[in-house]
Amino acid sequence: MDDQNQEHKSDGSDFSDEADTLNYVLYRDRPEWKDVQPIAQDDGPAQVVQIAYSNKFSDVFDYFRAVLKSGEKSVRVLGLVTDALTLNPANYTVWIYRLEIVKHLKVDLHNELEYISNVIREFTKNYQVWQYRKTIVEMLNDPSGELEFTADILDMDSKNYHAWQYRQWVLTAFSKLMENELNFVDNLISQDMRNNSAWNQRYFVVNNSDPNNDVINKELEYTFGKIQILSKNESAWNYLRGLLLYSENGIFEDKVREFCSKLYNKGNRSTHLMSCLIDLTDADESTNPENVEKIKFALKLCSDLASVYDPIRRFYWEYISKDIELKFNFREHDTKIM
Amino acid sequence: MNKFLAVPRLKTDNESIETTTSENQSQVERKIEKLFESFCSKAQCDPEAPVLYKQNHINYIKNHMFTLPENYECLDSSRPWLCYWLCQSLALLNCNLSILEKSNVVSFLSKCQHESGGFCGGPNQMPHLAPTYAAVCALCLIGTEEAYAVINRENLYTFLVSLRLPNGSFRMHKHGECDVRAVYCSATVARLTNIYTDVLFESSAQWVIRCQTYEGGFGGVPGVEAHGGYTFCGFSALLLLKSIHMCDTKSLLRWVANKQMSFEGGFQGRTNKLVDGCYSFWQAAIFPVISELLESENQRPMWSMYDYQALQEYVLICCQNRYSGGLIDKPGKPPDVYHTCYVLSGLSIAQHAVDNSSCVVGKPENILNKNNPIYNIEETSLQKALQYFSMTKPINYF
Repeated sequence: MDDQNQEHKSDGSDFSDEADTLNYVLYRDRPEWKDVQPIAQDDGPAQVVQIAYSNKFSDVFDYFRAVLKSGEKSVRVLGLVTDALTLNPANYTVWIYRLEIVKHLKVDLHNELEYISNVIREFTKNYQVWQYRKTIVEMLNDPSGELEFTADILDMDSKNYHAWQYRQWVLTAFSKLMENELNFVDNLISQDMRNNSAWNQRYFVVNNSDPNNDVINKELEYTFGKIQILSKNESAWNYLRGLLLYSENGIFEDKVREFCSKLYNKGNRSTHLMSCLIDLTDADESTNPENVEKIKFALKLCSDLASVYDPIRRFYWEYISKDIELKFNFREHDTKIM
Repeated sequence: MNKFLAVPRLKTDNESIETTTSENQSQVERKIEKLFESFCSKAQCDPEAPVLYKQNHINYIKNHMFTLPENYECLDSSRPWLCYWLCQSLALLNCNLSILEKSNVVSFLSKCQHESGGFCGGPNQMPHLAPTYAAVCALCLIGTEEAYAVINRENLYTFLVSLRLPNGSFRMHKHGECDVRAVYCSATVARLTNIYTDVLFESSAQWVIRCQTYEGGFGGVPGVEAHGGYTFCGFSALLLLKSIHMCDTKSLLRWVANKQMSFEGGFQGRTNKLVDGCYSFWQAAIFPVISELLESENQRPMWSMYDYQALQEYVLICCQNRYSGGLIDKPGKPPDVYHTCYVLSGLSIAQHAVDNSSCVVGKPENILNKNNPIYNIEETSLQKALQYFSMTKPINYF
C-alpha cells in the first residue's frame, strides 16, 4: 500500500513542459472533436477533496467521460486515452477502456507491448501498468522479452516490488524460463548482498525446483559463505531459516547449529546469529539432562541481546526468554539446584 | 539526565563492506542522528518536548479536505482514499467536522458509489475494491445515519461476488490485479456492513496463508517478498476470516519485531529497506493483536513486544512538519495526506500499547484517540458503526 504513495511522489508533476504546452491543442479546440460534447466531472454540490486540475487534465478527462458514455472505440479515442494515461497512469478505468479499444480495433499487440514498456519505464511503481502488461503478454502468449524487460527495470531499482512480482508471474506462467534465474539472482546478490528482494527470488527459484536434500545442502553452503562475509546481514539469516523449513526430522539443524556455534565461539555477536542459536535450542524438544545447559545458554543469549546487542527489541527478547522458561518448565531455582 | 532516547540506539554496522543498501541506510542514520542531537539539547530546557503539533496537523488536514493542489492529480482515481485518510486523521486527533462538512463528504462519497455496487476512485469511474474499502471506512468514521445509509449493502455484496476467483482470492476490480489487499478489503467491508457470508470467503484463508513467506511476513501474492503493507492485510484478513490459527505467529512475530530500526526507532517495510513513517501503522498494528492472541491462549501475562517509546520518538522528532502541518515518511520528505493518516494511526497504536497505564511520550496532551489495529478506524467510530450495522436487516443473498 505504500506504493500508492510512491506513485503520488514520483508521478505527480512534470507534464507541463514549456515546449509541450506550446504545441499542445486542447481537445475542445480540435475541429476533429467538434462532434463530441464533453462531460464535466459531477462531484455533486459539495466541494470535497477537489483537486486543482490543470486545464489540460480537465479537458482530456471531460472528453474521456464523453466517449466512455457513448462507447466510441476508434483510433482517435485511442489517442485520447493515451493522453489521459500520460496525465494519470493510475486511472484504472482508462486502462480498462483502453483494453476494450485495443481488442475492438485489433491493434497490433506488439505495438501495444512497446507502448506499455515506455509507460512502465516512466512509472515503475504503479499497479495498473504492470497489470496491463500482464494482460497484453497473456494475449500474445509470448514471454520472450519479459525477463529482459524486468531485468532493465530492476537495474534502475533492484528492489522494485512490482517488477519482482511481475517477474515471478512470468516465470510461473512460462516455466521454461526458470533455467537461468538462479544466475540472475546470484548476480544481484553479488552486487549487493543485502538485497532482500534478490534473496527472496532465490527462495522462489529453489522452492519451484525440486528442493531435495542435495539442493538444500548446496544452498546451506552458499548461505554460510555469504554470512561469513557479512554476519549481520538479516537477509542471509532469514534465508537460512527458510532453508530449515525443508529440514525433515531435523537433518539440517545440526549442520546449522555447528556453523553458528563456531561463529559464536570466535566472538561474533551478530544479533541474527544469536537469535538463530536461541531458536535452534527452542526447537530442540529432547529432554536429556544436557539440555539444562543449553537452555541456560539460550536464556543468557536473550539477556545479552536485551541488554547489550539488541536493546530496541528488549521487550521481545524478554518475551522469548519467558517463553523458553515456560516451555521447558525451567525456573531460576532449578539452576541453583544443579 | 534526559529521559528521552534513554535506551541505546545502535547504528547499522556495515562490517567494512559498503553496498547500495548500507550506503542508503547510513545516510538516513546520519540525518536522524542530527535531529536526535538537536532535539536532546532543546529538550533539556523544554520539559514539554517532544510535542505533537496537533493544531498544525488539524489545519493541514482541513486545508486538504476541500481542495488539493495540482500535484494530487495522480490520486484522481483514489479520491475516497483522500476522504478516508483525512477523516481517520481527524478522528484520531479528536476533531469533529461540522454537520454541514460531514454531510458534504457523505454526498461526495455517494457520488462515488457505482450503480452496480461498490465505490469508484471518483465520480463516473468504475468500481474498485480499494476505494470501496476507503469509502466504507470513511463513512463509518463520519458516523451519521446519513453516512451509514449511503452504502447499498446488497449491491456491495454483488460487487464482492463478481470479484471472487475460484481459489478464494479476489481481484481489485474487473480485469484487475489479484493480491492480498483484495481479500483484506473485501473481508473488512463485509464485516463492517454485516454482509459477510462463509460462501463468499470459502477457501480465502487458504489462499491468504500461502502469502506468508519464509521470512514470516506476508507478500502480495504467494512467492513474493514479505512486506509491511501486505503483512498487515494478510494477518488482518486471517483474523477477519476467523482463521488466524493458520498463521505461523512465531515467525511473523520475529519478522515484524526485526522490522523496527535499531537506530531510528521507526519501522522499515521490508528487510534491509529504509525506515518509513507509514509503517508505524502497518507494522506496529500487528503487535497488539499478537499480544491478544497469545493472551487468549492463556500462555502468559503479556506486555508489548516492541519499543513503543522509540516508535513515538521517531514520529514526534522525525516525522512532523511543524510549519505546514502534516506528517512525513522520513526527514527531508514533504508531508502528504497518506503519511499524515498512517503516521498518526501508528502513533495512536504506540501510545495505547499498554492498557491502563500511560505510555505517551512527551506531554500528556500528545495523546490521540484509540485506534483499532485491524480495521484502522478510530475505536469509538468503529464500535458505533458495528453496532449500527448489526441492527440492519439481512440482505438478500443469492
